[in-house]
Parts: sequence; structure tokens; C-alpha cells
Amino acid sequence: MTQPFYVSPEQLMKDRADFARKGIARGRSVVVIGYEGGIAFVTENPSRALHKISEIYDRIGFAAVGKYNEFENLRVAGVRYADLRGYSYDRSDVNARGLANAYAQTLGSVFTTESKPLEVEIAVAEVGSGQSGDQIYRLGYDGSVADESGYVVMGGAADQLGHRIGESWRLGLTLAEALVLAVGTLGTDSSGKQRRIPAPELEAAVLDRSRRRRTFRRLDAGALAELLDSGAAGGPAGGAGT
Amino acid sequence: MTVGAREQYPDRLPAAFTRPGSASFVEFLASYAPDLLPGGSHGGDAGQVVTGSPHATTIVAVALDDGIVMAGDRRATMGSAIAHRHMEKVFAADEFSAIGIAGTAGVAVDLVRLFQLELEHYEKIEGTLLSLEGKANRLGAMVRGNLGLALRGLVALPLFGGYDPASRVGRIFSYDVVGGRYEEIEYHSVGSGSVHAKGSLKKLWRPGMSVSDGVEAVVHALMDAADEDSATGGPDVERGIYPIVARVDDDGYQRVSDAELAQVVARLLELPERRRQV
Repeated sequence: MTQPFYVSPEQLMKDRADFARKGIARGRSVVVIGYEGGIAFVTENPSRALHKISEIYDRIGFAAVGKYNEFENLRVAGVRYADLRGYSYDRSDVNARGLANAYAQTLGSVFTTESKPLEVEIAVAEVGSGQSGDQIYRLGYDGSVADESGYVVMGGAADQLGHRIGESWRLGLTLAEALVLAVGTLGTDSSGKQRRIPAPELEAAVLDRSRRRRTFRRLDAGALAELLDSGAAGGPAGGAGT
Repeated sequence: MTVGAREQYPDRLPAAFTRPGSASFVEFLASYAPDLLPGGSHGGDAGQVVTGSPHATTIVAVALDDGIVMAGDRRATMGSAIAHRHMEKVFAADEFSAIGIAGTAGVAVDLVRLFQLELEHYEKIEGTLLSLEGKANRLGAMVRGNLGLALRGLVALPLFGGYDPASRVGRIFSYDVVGGRYEEIEYHSVGSGSVHAKGSLKKLWRPGMSVSDGVEAVVHALMDAADEDSATGGPDVERGIYPIVARVDDDGYQRVSDAELAQVVARLLELPERRRQV
């Protein structure tokens, strides 16, 4: 009987993590950014049909990077989780923390027990009554959860892009300023060079604090272009790569 | 290995949640938690008839050229007693449709809640709205799912109407207990006062009615029904309780305000046929 080669647990986990990280880095980044009136989600996505950003519940939104079929599956599960909870209790009893926990358990269990980890990274955001009440959770491929404040960048060059946003992000940004910052960041490559991403190639949505029940709203290309123009003209937070 | 994984991670989302395929919340509920469905596992003797629960009564709707108006009175009765004076029986099913319900109140309200969620769930999962016809068919299937309860005397029948953004017309659908779906043209009414309301609407409905004409027609029909049917409540001017009236058109579902209804009611109360006493 042949003895299988011994592989240390450290090595096993590292291999899986490398595998997942490679898959995630291939996709385009997603930015989730808080602003005065809510939370905005922006990504470069030329497809009108295959969304990377989605509504989960009244005040909860979802964004993901990585393999489409894998995060689409998790998105549907999240909608079912939220709707079931809201149906059996009340709409106000559905919160992002519970959902983030369920996602974390799922990602973690797949990472350690199944043959291949999920090549996805997920952000779950819940808009509060004020900007201090906003919650943004970032979920890694291994089930790690991070409670982020203000903004999250996921995908390939997440660390670098996150650093760029961190320099300019502050409380009380307007929607236009936040979008300019997010789009400018998405258009920055590893050497720091900027390109302008045209509005039709962006997918953007907001959780709008002022709306009464379902706060999620997609921004179509026209509305987005208008906001980006007004944001670029308006403030020092501009810099959409002119 | 999978079983072990589930034991190790009890909070992991169950397999039913990640199963691809269905955009229907009702189907998901039926497979994952059937006991949460109205009429699910209520046990008891199937032949036993349940009596003594509140009843919701009359709903009316009229079709306009480019939308509908739907209205419901506010009364719920239990036998000969008035159970509720403020009951709401007309709801927004989603942005472009309205649902009104008559029959056993508890069952009916559950049906509406589930139907609203069904449409929202589809919209979130598919990223697009169901067609008006699709919504009407879905509701038919849900009414049929209620047949077990209906056989035990707990009947709830909806009246469904909405605006179809594609064809830019308003349409009305009625249902029977086995889930049969019938498209109604011009106007329709369900509930205990519906005979009288329909008689009234027959005289009031005209082609090409405006929204305000439509609102006046449905309020008028409800007042006529309340005149003849003790289970239908008329406008209660003293307490300021007015019917729930909603319009659905290009702008989506909108409730007509009580202030506006108060004016309509005041005008109708002045009509000569309401003042003959001898």
C-alpha cells in the first residue's frame, strides 16, 4: 500500500487560499462607498444582464467579485434568507449582520471541507438612519469577516485601490463626490495611471437612506454620467482622470 | 463528508438556499418550510368547518383607459357583529398592481403578504418585473393552494388589477376558489356587497373615464353596497373613516388621500336619491 505524501495543514490552506486569490484577482474590482445620503456600489461591468451588484432586502445591498456562477448562487441564497426571515418575523428584523454571518459560515465551510474553495469575495452593506449607523461587511473566500468603516474595495488590486480611496474618503461626501472618487479609483492601474471609464461601462447602484421601504436603486448610464460630471466640476474630491 | 460538514457548520446556509432554478418564494417555502405557508400543516379534521372568524367584505375596481382604480370598504364582520371598523383590504401588490381581498380576513391578509413577497422575490432574483399576466397567473396558483382551507369554510378571494407598462393599459382579474382566473373588462366587484356594487357600477361606468370619475364611481358603488348590505361599511364621516381607494397607472400605485375622498363623499351625500326620506 502506498503512503500518500504528507502535506502539512499550513501548506494545504495556503494552496487553497492562493487558488482562490488568483481566481478573484482576475475579475474587475468593486467599490462600496458610504456617502451622506446612503451607500453607493460601483464596478466596471459592461454587461447589462449579469449583475455584480444587487438588492437583498429593504436596506441591504450586495456586491461581489470573482466567479459569476458562484457568487450568483450566494446572492440568490441571500435573497431567500432575507425574505424568509422577513416573512416569518417582520421586515425590520432582517439585518446585514445575520446575513454576513450566514455567508461567512458558508464560505468557511466550503473552504475547509470541500474540494475547491469558492473564488469569490462579497460585500454586504446595510444603510442606517444616519451615516454613523451604516454597516459594511466584507467577506473573504475563506469565511473571514471584516466590519469595514466607510468604504470597501474588493478584487484584483484591492489593497492599492483601497489605499487610494482611504486618502480622500471622509464622512459627509455627497453622492456625486463619492461616485467620482469610486470611478476614479476603479480607473487607476497599478502604475498609478488613470483612465476615464465611460458611464455605460459602469454598473452602479445606491442604498438611498431617504427612501422609505426598499432603498436600493440602480443608477442608469445617463444619471450616472450626470452625477459624475457634477461631482468632477464641483469639488476638490474630483480627479476622474481628465 | 457533506453530512459531516453540515454538522460542523450548523449556521451554514442550507442546501435549499443555494439550489438554483426557482425565482418563486412560494416554491422555496413549500420545499424548505412548508409549515410557514398559509394553509400548510394546520392539522385537524379536513371535513371540519371553521366558523366565527372575521370576514372582510366588498372590493370594487374600474378600468380606465390607462390604468385602474380599486377600492375597498373598511368593515370586517363576525356573524352579525362588526369586528373591525378600520380594516384595510386594498394593498399595493407591487409598484404597478393592486390587490383587494374579500372573505376570511386572516387567510386573506396572509395571502396578500405572501403575494407581495412573491412578486418582490421574483423581481430581486430575476432583476426584472413579472408581466401583469404573469402576476395574475401566479396569484391564481396561490388561490388554488388555499383550496384546502376554502373547503373548510375559510374562503379568501382576491380582486387583482394593475397597469401594464408594456401595453399601457389597465387590466382587472377576478378569481374563483379553485384558482380560476378571469379577466374582467370595464369593472368588477367581489365580496358580500358585490351584487349591489356591480349594479351601481353598471350605471356609472363609461368608456374613457378620468381618474377622478373613476374614484367617484368606486366610492359611489361602495356607498350603494353599504346601503343594502349590512356587512359592507359606508364612509364614516363622523369618525373620519373613508374607504381605501387606490389608483394604478403610469406613475405606479398611489393611495387617494382621505381629504380628497371626504370631498367626493360630501358631494355624493348631497345627491337627491340619498335625501329622500319619506
